[in-house]
Amino acid sequence: MADLPFRVLPRLDDENRFFWTAGERGELRFLRCQACGYYLHPPLPRCPECGSREVAPEAVSGLGEVYSVTVNHHSWDGGREPYAIAIVGFPEQADLRMTSNVIGCPPEQVCIGMAVQVTFEAHDDVFFPLFTPVAASG
Amino acid sequence: MISGIGQSAVGRRLGRGGLDLTIDASLAAVADAGITLAEVDGLATYPGGGMGGPGFAGPGSPEVQEALRLKLNWHSGGIEGAAQMAAVHNAVLAVGAGLARHVLVYRTVTESSEQGTGGRQGIGMGGLGMGGGGKAPKMGGSFQWNIPFRAYSAANWLALNAQRHFHEFGTTPEQMAMIAINARRNAGLNPQAVYRDPMTLDDYFASRMITTPFHLFDCDAPVDGSTALVVSAVGHAPNVDHPVARVDAIGSALRGRPSWDQYDDLTTMAARDAGAHLWTRTDLTPADVDVAELYDGFSFLAMTWLEALGFCGKGESGPFIEGGERIALAGELPLNTHGGQLSAGRLHGFGFIHEAVLQLRGEAGARQVPGKTVEVAVVANGGGPIAGAMLLTREA
Ligand SMILES: [Zn+2]
Repeated sequence: MADLPFRVLPRLDDENRFFWTAGERGELRFLRCQACGYYLHPPLPRCPECGSREVAPEAVSGLGEVYSVTVNHHSWDGGREPYAIAIVGFPEQADLRMTSNVIGCPPEQVCIGMAVQVTFEAHDDVFFPLFTPVAASG
Repeated sequence: MISGIGQSAVGRRLGRGGLDLTIDASLAAVADAGITLAEVDGLATYPGGGMGGPGFAGPGSPEVQEALRLKLNWHSGGIEGAAQMAAVHNAVLAVGAGLARHVLVYRTVTESSEQGTGGRQGIGMGGLGMGGGGKAPKMGGSFQWNIPFRAYSAANWLALNAQRHFHEFGTTPEQMAMIAINARRNAGLNPQAVYRDPMTLDDYFASRMITTPFHLFDCDAPVDGSTALVVSAVGHAPNVDHPVARVDAIGSALRGRPSWDQYDDLTTMAARDAGAHLWTRTDLTPADVDVAELYDGFSFLAMTWLEALGFCGKGESGPFIEGGERIALAGELPLNTHGGQLSAGRLHGFGFIHEAVLQLRGEAGARQVPGKTVEVAVVANGGGPIAGAMLLTREA
């Protein structure tokens, strides 16, 4: 695991622990309203769609699509460049998306619309949800 | 109305303190407004002391009040609001409410001196001992959703917006380059600008890639400098020996989700809301605007503002600026006439306000818009989920 890039770690608390540790079980989880089914990301204590307080983590398929991508060349953290930063959208809900990295292929090959699936990079107790091209990892 | 403006020296690594620069700008603005320090009864700033990375915040309002021994009826400093110009909005509201008659408003940066030679820094990295064996702190709050993915800077976050714009509308790097090239062309006429050498398209593309599609020359230039202005009650206008800038309208709306990556339409972001809001507050229209001073912390942002303010259709900013003639000093919509933050320096929003007032007063020297009296200027600040706009008019 010497190849792991440096990463700023999230500060775990009762609101976000489910998200950052679910990768240990290979799951990508988001909060979901138990009343109306709306996925909330980032997490909130109340569903903004229906007002319900019954929100709980649920796993999604882990399949997604690159909504936008930038290839970063600048050295911010002393790590290796270039790398691809992407906003990944999920089929479970039109406005469910997150910022992440696409790895497993040269960064300049990552394009909008690319089908990706989740993979995890463990740093201590935190499992970063990253994405790889579906074709390359199938 | 904006009755007076002032600016300190502006430059790379001036080696002067933020308070020192702020005093220069403030004294100039107060004198320009035709008042004395004893008449200043309000004080406002963005973002307030202690905020952000090295050199970002400038002095807080208590420090400036103490330094100038102001006797205030109203004071405010803060980072939340309709972009950097929220401090001006607040001052306008305070004057309108009768809480103050003359509000000194300032924005000071010393990012050039305090960031040193280490190059552009990202949030979460600057000043935290990275590279010196230190450990970055763990990230909570909204930054946990981008910084752990090595997306450290607004450059990265806004590059994602630009890429989506390019994808949806066929916008090209050559089109976006015109924002930077136009800015440099105008900076050549501005003695206060930090980058004044001519820039060609080849120069632009030869600058190193930061994060696609942003080259170095798409990113604004950290500087040291302070900009100040005085917002006064309109009844003060006859006491001023130059034209003043009336605040005709403010655009402060934010209707989408206030997030860098969750806003519904990444290609417009919050500028869409503030821009649309602005035109609901005035009888003027985009066709009445003589000069546009639109935030270009990254070149792409000026394009989103052109669309958001209705100078062109949604997605059409690329063709609108293509070739650069339309946005040139003598074009139909002169843009960022002082050189913007890209070439005049990152005075963080307030440089645009200062320039708009100069243009309205006809005092912009070699870069004054030729061939007409500038009657209406639009100013916009911010990018991503942060946006504010103002429409200023000349009152002689
Ligand atoms: Zn619900």
